[in-house]
Amino acid sequence: MLHVAVATRTFRRYSTYRAATLAGIFTNSVFGVIYSYAYLALWNENPTAGGYDAQDAVTYVWLGQALLMTIALWGGGTTDDLAERVRTGDIAIDLYRPVGLVGWYLASDLGRAAYHLLTRGFGPTLIGIVVFDIALPASPLHAVAFAVSLVLAVIVSFAIRFLVASTAFWLLDQSGVKVMSGAFAIFFSGMMLPLVLFPGWLGTLSNALPWASYVQVPADIWLGKHVGTGLLAALGFQVFWAVVLLAACQGVLRLATRKVVVQGG
Amino acid sequence: MVDLTHLRTYGQIAWLWIRAAWQYPTSFVLLAVGNGMITGLDFVGLWIMFAHLNDLEGFTLHEVALLYGSASLALAFADTAIGSVERIGTYIRTGRLDQMMTKPVPLLVQVCADQFTLRRLGRLTQASVVFGWACTYVDWTPLRVVVAVSMLVSGALVFFGLFVGFSCIQFWTTDATEFANAFTYGGATVTQYPLNIFPREVMVGLTFVIPVAFVNWYPCLYLLGRPDPFGNPEVLQFASPLAGVLTMAAALLVWRSGVRHYTSTGS
Repeated sequence: MLHVAVATRTFRRYSTYRAATLAGIFTNSVFGVIYSYAYLALWNENPTAGGYDAQDAVTYVWLGQALLMTIALWGGGTTDDLAERVRTGDIAIDLYRPVGLVGWYLASDLGRAAYHLLTRGFGPTLIGIVVFDIALPASPLHAVAFAVSLVLAVIVSFAIRFLVASTAFWLLDQSGVKVMSGAFAIFFSGMMLPLVLFPGWLGTLSNALPWASYVQVPADIWLGKHVGTGLLAALGFQVFWAVVLLAACQGVLRLATRKVVVQGG
Repeated sequence: MVDLTHLRTYGQIAWLWIRAAWQYPTSFVLLAVGNGMITGLDFVGLWIMFAHLNDLEGFTLHEVALLYGSASLALAFADTAIGSVERIGTYIRTGRLDQMMTKPVPLLVQVCADQFTLRRLGRLTQASVVFGWACTYVDWTPLRVVVAVSMLVSGALVFFGLFVGFSCIQFWTTDATEFANAFTYGGATVTQYPLNIFPREVMVGLTFVIPVAFVNWYPCLYLLGRPDPFGNPEVLQFASPLAGVLTMAAALLVWRSGVRHYTSTGS
């Protein structure tokens, strides 16, 4: 119950900035249009690149733009609050609260993600449907699986962002690590280019790393590229990384609390 | 024209922020490397695209690299020098703009130099490498060298103008920072590709409304000795300086009216 309350409060906090949301939807859509034409040119030249056809490719572009904020690809989200509280020393108060820190911030981040999905997710998707005639989920089952996959994507992304924010316990400032982590996320999530286009070992590697859960896995589910046990395997891949990374968060937090030095007295 | 004392003040404020950022050395280094990586991987993305292609609407990887490198370099210059102007909404909200107005330095200089960050050196380095590589495939003539130099200067001016002009929206609505990104970073992204992958209307818009086509497309056509795929007159290939100056002038006008319109939040 507590966690639901945390999530709804964060949802409302993010919903305060309406102009920012509209500006964001506009910007995502501009990038959606640019990438759509770039991909159309690519698939026009090579109509079966990566096992996608042109409509798959354009759908992929708009799904990527829709997921960008929901999964907080660039980093940020509620874990920024955590890093700031570490820097200022307020984290000391959080640590003696009778609530787990990871659960608290995860709930809060899910609230944020829900808001971003409803606005920055649906907005560009609608524009993609109207302007570029993108594909809808392959079947009702795939739509449900996509929704599950999306939640898992947010959890995996949260865990990575939590780990990044935790570096503030040692470095005091997370911004450097955050930018590095963002660079990896953009490249290995399939945001920049679908991972299906990555050649050879690079393709194998990027499909095994946790970032594949961000965009490539949910998009492939939406496009109906996974069926039957393949669908379960895709979701299982995300569950695996979610569990491993959340455990890592707990571990790092335990190490960090031993090290906390409250600044400024 | 540009007052040199303002340039000096700009330098002093920028230096202050560099020293401040250096207080977190690990972050400072990681930020520079990370930014270089983001743009570096960007180019790796283009390169992977070409693993599936012979050419993109008739343009080879070298030619696309020239487009990419020149646009990225122009953006990097502008972003390094005045990228902080994006934060003006924050200054308005927190009241810092009022503080700045009381100081004997032009507001625009203060806003642009504020939070100056060298982390964008990453992008600058990466863009220079790609541009340098692409340049080795150009068949140079004296006039082409002139066009190339004027392309980089004018391109930076166009992005200067877009950064300043679109940031002014925040004088009217303080939390719409991202709107400007569609034109600044969107402009940089759109210019990475040959313009003929887009429909004719997009070309017209990027020539006459948001003139990013002058950042690299028109001058690069000249450098590559290619006819314009849209059949536009060749004179456009030399018009980049004009586009740069006009964009900058328009942006300064918007800036002035923004500052006039500004009333403090009063809190």
